[in-house]
Amino acid sequence: MNAPLKIDAEATRAELLARYPAKVARKRGRHIVENRRSERPEVEANVRTVPGIISQRGCTYAGCKGVILGPTRDVLSITHGPIGCGYYSWLTRRNQTRPPSPDSPNYMTYCLSTDMSEEQIVFGGEKKLREAVREAFAQFKPQAIAIHSTCPVGLIGDDVHQVARDLREELGINVFAFSCEGYRGVSQSAGHHIANNKIFQEVVAHTAPTAHIPAPEGAFKVNLLGEYNIGGDAFVIEDLFERAGITLVSTFCGNSDYVSMAQARHVDLNLVMCHRSINYVAGMLETSYGIPWLKVNFIGAAQSAKSLRKIAKFFGDAALAERIENVIAEEMARVESAQAEIRGRCAGKTAMLFVGGSRAHHYQHLFSEIGMRIVAAGYEFAHRDDYEGRRVLPNIKVDADTRNIEEIHVERAEDHFVERRDEAVDARVSDEPGEGFGEYEGMMVEMEDGTLTVDDISHYETERLIEMHKPDVVCAGIKEKYAIQKLGVPSKQLHSYDYGGPYAGFAGAINFWRDIDQMVNSPIWQLIPAPWDRPAPPPSLEAELGPNLSSITE
Amino acid sequence: MLLRHTTDEATRRTALTVNPAKTCQPIGAMYAALGVHRCLPHSHGSQGCCSYHRSQLTRHYKEPVMAATSSFTEGSAVFGGQSNLLQAIDTIFATYEPDVIAVHTTCLSETIGDDLVQIVAKARTEGRIPEGKDVFFANTPSYQGSHITGFAKMVKSMVDHFAQPSERPAPRLALFPGWVEPADMREMRRLAALLGQDVIMAPDTSGVLDAGMEAEPSFYPAGGTTMAELRALGSCRASLASGPSASSLAVQALEGKTGTRYETVELPIGLSATDRWIEALRRASGMPDVPAHVRWERARLVDMLCDMQQYLYGRSVALWGDPDQLVSLVEFCIDMGMRPRYVVTGSSSRSFEERLAAVVAGRCPEMRVASGHTADMLLLHQWIKQAKVDLLIGGTHGKYIARDESIPLVRHGFPILDRVGHQYFPTVGYAGGMRLVEQILNAFLEVKDATCPEESFELVM
Repeated sequence: MNAPLKIDAEATRAELLARYPAKVARKRGRHIVENRRSERPEVEANVRTVPGIISQRGCTYAGCKGVILGPTRDVLSITHGPIGCGYYSWLTRRNQTRPPSPDSPNYMTYCLSTDMSEEQIVFGGEKKLREAVREAFAQFKPQAIAIHSTCPVGLIGDDVHQVARDLREELGINVFAFSCEGYRGVSQSAGHHIANNKIFQEVVAHTAPTAHIPAPEGAFKVNLLGEYNIGGDAFVIEDLFERAGITLVSTFCGNSDYVSMAQARHVDLNLVMCHRSINYVAGMLETSYGIPWLKVNFIGAAQSAKSLRKIAKFFGDAALAERIENVIAEEMARVESAQAEIRGRCAGKTAMLFVGGSRAHHYQHLFSEIGMRIVAAGYEFAHRDDYEGRRVLPNIKVDADTRNIEEIHVERAEDHFVERRDEAVDARVSDEPGEGFGEYEGMMVEMEDGTLTVDDISHYETERLIEMHKPDVVCAGIKEKYAIQKLGVPSKQLHSYDYGGPYAGFAGAINFWRDIDQMVNSPIWQLIPAPWDRPAPPPSLEAELGPNLSSITE
Repeated sequence: MLLRHTTDEATRRTALTVNPAKTCQPIGAMYAALGVHRCLPHSHGSQGCCSYHRSQLTRHYKEPVMAATSSFTEGSAVFGGQSNLLQAIDTIFATYEPDVIAVHTTCLSETIGDDLVQIVAKARTEGRIPEGKDVFFANTPSYQGSHITGFAKMVKSMVDHFAQPSERPAPRLALFPGWVEPADMREMRRLAALLGQDVIMAPDTSGVLDAGMEAEPSFYPAGGTTMAELRALGSCRASLASGPSASSLAVQALEGKTGTRYETVELPIGLSATDRWIEALRRASGMPDVPAHVRWERARLVDMLCDMQQYLYGRSVALWGDPDQLVSLVEFCIDMGMRPRYVVTGSSSRSFEERLAAVVAGRCPEMRVASGHTADMLLLHQWIKQAKVDLLIGGTHGKYIARDESIPLVRHGFPILDRVGHQYFPTVGYAGGMRLVEQILNAFLEVKDATCPEESFELVM
């Protein structure tokens, strides 16, 4: 066991808060917590960001249009609002997609917007939206259109849902709308929720527009929830499943299409990758259709193997279990040689992760597999259960901001409900904490005692933490990357993977380790001070060199 | 195909924009504000606006882009954003210690009617703005104009807020560079110095968005126009607007406030536009002749063009981007013997098509121009599918058309998200023109090398 990391968590916390106005320091103090596994301390999360503090967070629209709807290639998204929101969410996330044929629809390279102008702000934008949807249909002929509301839409009172209903009738395709105005929630998380609720109602559960869609074929059917195929992660997982003989019916939403999402209710098991963005969909699928869910993690080689074995246990099929073990064995052979080589160069180095709603947890496994240690971590838009585990769900205070997000309550869908759990299944699935059905233990319990959790970190806190603890790499996003690097520390983007990846599964682990190896061992970081600004060599060395040099010159 | 649903049929659209050739006002305001020394831009709206603008500017510059936001929630959208902005001002001055905060509005705060005059005045009377520090603002509703409008308005507000009239004007020129790259601003300053002209440049993002890696990092880079310089704009003897779309508002405001006479010229991109810009600077400085160093730079650009005419003459080109860049680029293409076939900007400007017509002067009758609402990259692509061109010049979004249609792309303008160089090497002035010619020539020559029959593969070109 490693010696504990030498972090004075209390002093660090005090330093992070020192410069804030008193009220801000009190608020921020509740987001900064020293990790103590046995005590499970409480951390404040999913509350308003302090104005002016320089946060990593984005808005509700970004969570809805950018994150949840972005990766689905054949649902045509139209942004209803001024041009910016559509423009910034145009191809800027790296959701890769593989249409089955050159003729299959793929709208992901297109940005559609009503480009709202002052006239619509004054007189209303519904007319223009209707016309835009018609023009979009004429150009693209999609089977589904999604309308996304930006900030002014809610304020001027456009009824986007009525427009969607009317055009569904008129065009004979599925048209649905999202009230995902940027101000709706405290972060992107509200947008995930608004998007997923609507996708559940209008695609998964809505029978009329999907009546023609057949049930999927295949054995050992699963959905993968909360995997967005950044950098091709979903492709790696798809490949593992295919080789193991697991039928992946639908992914929400990486490399997905409309039909597969409409087939989601037919699976045996749901696998939840990003707990934050989608755990409630897993809950609705269970209530409505009797599909149980397990938390998985395909980031990290050991975690990938563990997740595959969880699936094997659930199905309890000897041939499946054997195929899964064969896949793991094949993959681990390659993983172990890369891991050993890179571990030699990276072990003992330290990292910080401030990103997302699950990545700051999942990627800790990849670092620990090459012997790197986490000094501090936190999420950008997570809730308390992502930090502390689902056991805190009943204790989470529901504030006004949370109440603004529609909570949908689903009933058992009697025609489609199938009980998948019985005593035999329950006996096979582990009852270890966090491993069973519908369980997740969160990030904090896996972090070393004395390290820090910082929720919704500000730029100021990021800088101070780096200065105090000099990590070898910091994982964050595009806005933070170059500011961190100006402090002389390489920064790994965990939203875009710095345009690399995939990082999922076994092949992805090797990719990630190679990228981290390059970052923490690249010589350029040592060359930042010019030679004339570097500290002079110690006098003893000069004294030693002196006679040698003089003997040469003699 | 990446853009598999684009066909050669240009369907009539009145409401739907597809693949825009513009973005919204606030990002321009943020870019301009970054060109003020020790200034923290502040976005008065939802968190997402600030996050999107910072992200896109960061992708373009590969540099820190620091800005804060009022973080509107549903409550602020209903009751107004005053308390958010006041709290932001407190937090920013305590935590980040800027000299000045430049607030810009968004569609959200404009739609609910937040009164920035009143809120900033309240902050001032309540003592929230520390001694020697300042807060100024621009109204930049996203539902009007484009990112260029937002830039122009923020630069105008620098004049409105800071410029002080002076009894005794200094022999200095207020130089408004327009929305160009940090390297372009540095190059304009160098050329002005060669012409013996002392300038105050506003804004100046050089040393901010092309800042180096320092052993002693600072949250605020060394560059940017200082508040003292912004105040001194009013004591300049004359002002020069580079590019009417981005800079006219500022020079007009300065004249209105301090009576400073101004001249407006097109951006100095390419040969003829640089000639006119240099002439304007020479007139301002009173220097009788253009100095030898500038003449030599011009001569080198012309020499390069004479020598390599065979690869340029008659080649057709499609361009998209921002009005000021497009007018000068189109003129440069014609100077080089090329044929600008399609020109598209999402920014609507009454004068844009007139300015284009003025520089083209009937020399390119086949040129098709679209600007404003629904003038977008879908339309441009449809035109290209109807009749192909030899070259594309514009921002990175064009790479999807470039790959589908096998047309080389020279990246120019905003945004460039997938290459570096634009922030470091100027394309303004004669030397900048040479860089553009190099890029255009290389694009043609690379295509020839990659696609010509083996027997025509040339060692010397």
